[in-house]
Amino acid sequence: MGFLQLEQVSKLYGEFAAVRDFDLEIERGEFISLLGPSGCGKTTTLQMIAGLVTPTNGRITLDGRDITREKPARRGLGVVFQSYALFPHMTVAQNVAFGLEMRKVAKAERDRQVAEILSLVKLTSLADRYPREMSGGQRQRVAIARALVIKPPVLLLDEPLSNLDAKLREEMQFELRRIQRVVGITTIMVTHDQAEALSISDRVVVMEGGKITQVDHPYSLYEHPKNNFISSFVGKSNFLAARAMNEATGVSLRVDNTDLKIPATGSYPGGELCLSVRPEKIRLTDPAGAMLHGPVSSRYFLGNHWLLSVSTPAGEISVAVANLGAPPPSEGDITGLTWNIEECRVLAAEQESALQS
Amino acid sequence: MTGAATRTQPRPLAPFLLAAPATLLFVGLILLPLALTAVLSFNVYDYSSGVRNQYTTANYLTVLQDPYYLAIFWRTLRLALLTTVIAVLLGTPEAYILTRMGKPWRSIFLLVIIGPLLVSVVVRTFGWSMLLGRDGLVNHALAVLGLEPVQLLYTETAIVIALVHIMLPFMVIPVWTALQKLDPTVEAAALSLGASRFTALRRVVFPQATLGILSGSLIVFGLSASAFAIPGLLGGRRLKMAATVVYDEYLIELNWPLGAAIAIIVLLANLAIMLAYNRMVERQAKRRLG
Repeated sequence: MGFLQLEQVSKLYGEFAAVRDFDLEIERGEFISLLGPSGCGKTTTLQMIAGLVTPTNGRITLDGRDITREKPARRGLGVVFQSYALFPHMTVAQNVAFGLEMRKVAKAERDRQVAEILSLVKLTSLADRYPREMSGGQRQRVAIARALVIKPPVLLLDEPLSNLDAKLREEMQFELRRIQRVVGITTIMVTHDQAEALSISDRVVVMEGGKITQVDHPYSLYEHPKNNFISSFVGKSNFLAARAMNEATGVSLRVDNTDLKIPATGSYPGGELCLSVRPEKIRLTDPAGAMLHGPVSSRYFLGNHWLLSVSTPAGEISVAVANLGAPPPSEGDITGLTWNIEECRVLAAEQESALQS
Repeated sequence: MTGAATRTQPRPLAPFLLAAPATLLFVGLILLPLALTAVLSFNVYDYSSGVRNQYTTANYLTVLQDPYYLAIFWRTLRLALLTTVIAVLLGTPEAYILTRMGKPWRSIFLLVIIGPLLVSVVVRTFGWSMLLGRDGLVNHALAVLGLEPVQLLYTETAIVIALVHIMLPFMVIPVWTALQKLDPTVEAAALSLGASRFTALRRVVFPQATLGILSGSLIVFGLSASAFAIPGLLGGRRLKMAATVVYDEYLIELNWPLGAAIAIIVLLANLAIMLAYNRMVERQAKRRLG
């Protein structure tokens, strides 16, 4: 029995299901990310946990208590909104103190707790500023402080970093994780940015079309995506059309004219398959004896690595080459491609069910 | 080449020429009559010979020392304030409800709110006198309920009811505009922090509409303090307000200088109150809301 538990939770708007049969168990102190493209139902899920949207079906329990239909004020969860939703007519200290005031905490105690939380988010010197006098990153910290000061059992973050510029986003990402570790609070973050989800969560919940497609630790999610959608949404992937040749004795896949032997870890229904390989797993080799070969069609230098696109008989393949010194072949050069056979996933060609993970 | 030359040539008179039509209109229709009224208010008036070409401050002294006029000023101030307060109390929630309405209803109810402005003031005011009269709908309804009839027409209550009715749109529209700029998640944030719906409105939503309420209040106060047709028709001959007493001095007493003096006093008092109020509220709100 998890600390926060969602059982068969659905939200229907007329015929349209924003979230369908959402099942998730979250342990105390865990950092969970809900990851998916816009419109996948991740924000609706968060709002149902916060109590701002009432589920059509299902049950949400917090520490054994059924909170499915409880008012947001009674749940006492900390929510950080995408726009931060700070009260513009109140100072930072007043913003943070609001939740304590609502809980009728005495003035002296309130001031003490506000000072404590402001020092946690490193904003002590700005307590008397108004939100509009602050930068995006500072407002973000105020929003986090305001949500944490009421000592909520769960912290809910709705796209907390999407309004920050790239450099600040990376900084705040680790800052968020630091604060979460210090406080030890169970946290659920909604995001559409896979890098953000992978870097700071304990577990990532990938959603698509209102449904959960995979729940896993960041590393396993990246290495063992369950379907084409996940392998292309979480990181990048090359998809190669393949055909199973021999099902009885392990599997041999035929990509273009080359046979690839795949260790038999799953059963492959005969016919069309799809091979997924991440760009950074592919190595450049001599064209002779390579799995695939072809001319380099484009080459981009991205600082820490090169991104190449190679035209092979099996289609355009993108390859990420670490910037280790000598530049990789330039456009027009013929190069060979190879990768460890265990590094690629085999999926059914059209249907998106998992075949090997 | 000459065409290009004239194009780049600076024309120092252009701004003044462009502003001339509006300036003329403003000077001709507002400043000039106002100046003439101010001059007139210092003229000597004599019942046998009318306005004389001599100057005196007697008109002002008469008005400011006569309890009859002071009572009228006091009533004007009181009723205008009362109307403003009621308009704020009704208009602010009304504007909030309007922002939360869905697609077809919002425009329908906006039209309902503006409705009173689409009816002629005389027709609308006679409508109220029929409703509030001794034999009107309100008293009939009270009779059905077994209650005593009440005197409404020709009382201050009648004036305030009718003023609030016509002033509400001037309150709702600026407040509505201010509320539309709000981030709806701010209210959700207050709820998530443990505020009740009412507390969230009182502490978080309405304070952000301060500037809208301020401009609404100024319009409502200014228009109520100078209202003419409503106090004229619903206040009867006895209950006078500033505008009606000016009218009486001009057209019944024929004492134009005295009427002008009253008008100038009302204008100055109105200006002073509105500027003071504006300064008080705006200074606070500006710092917070920018």
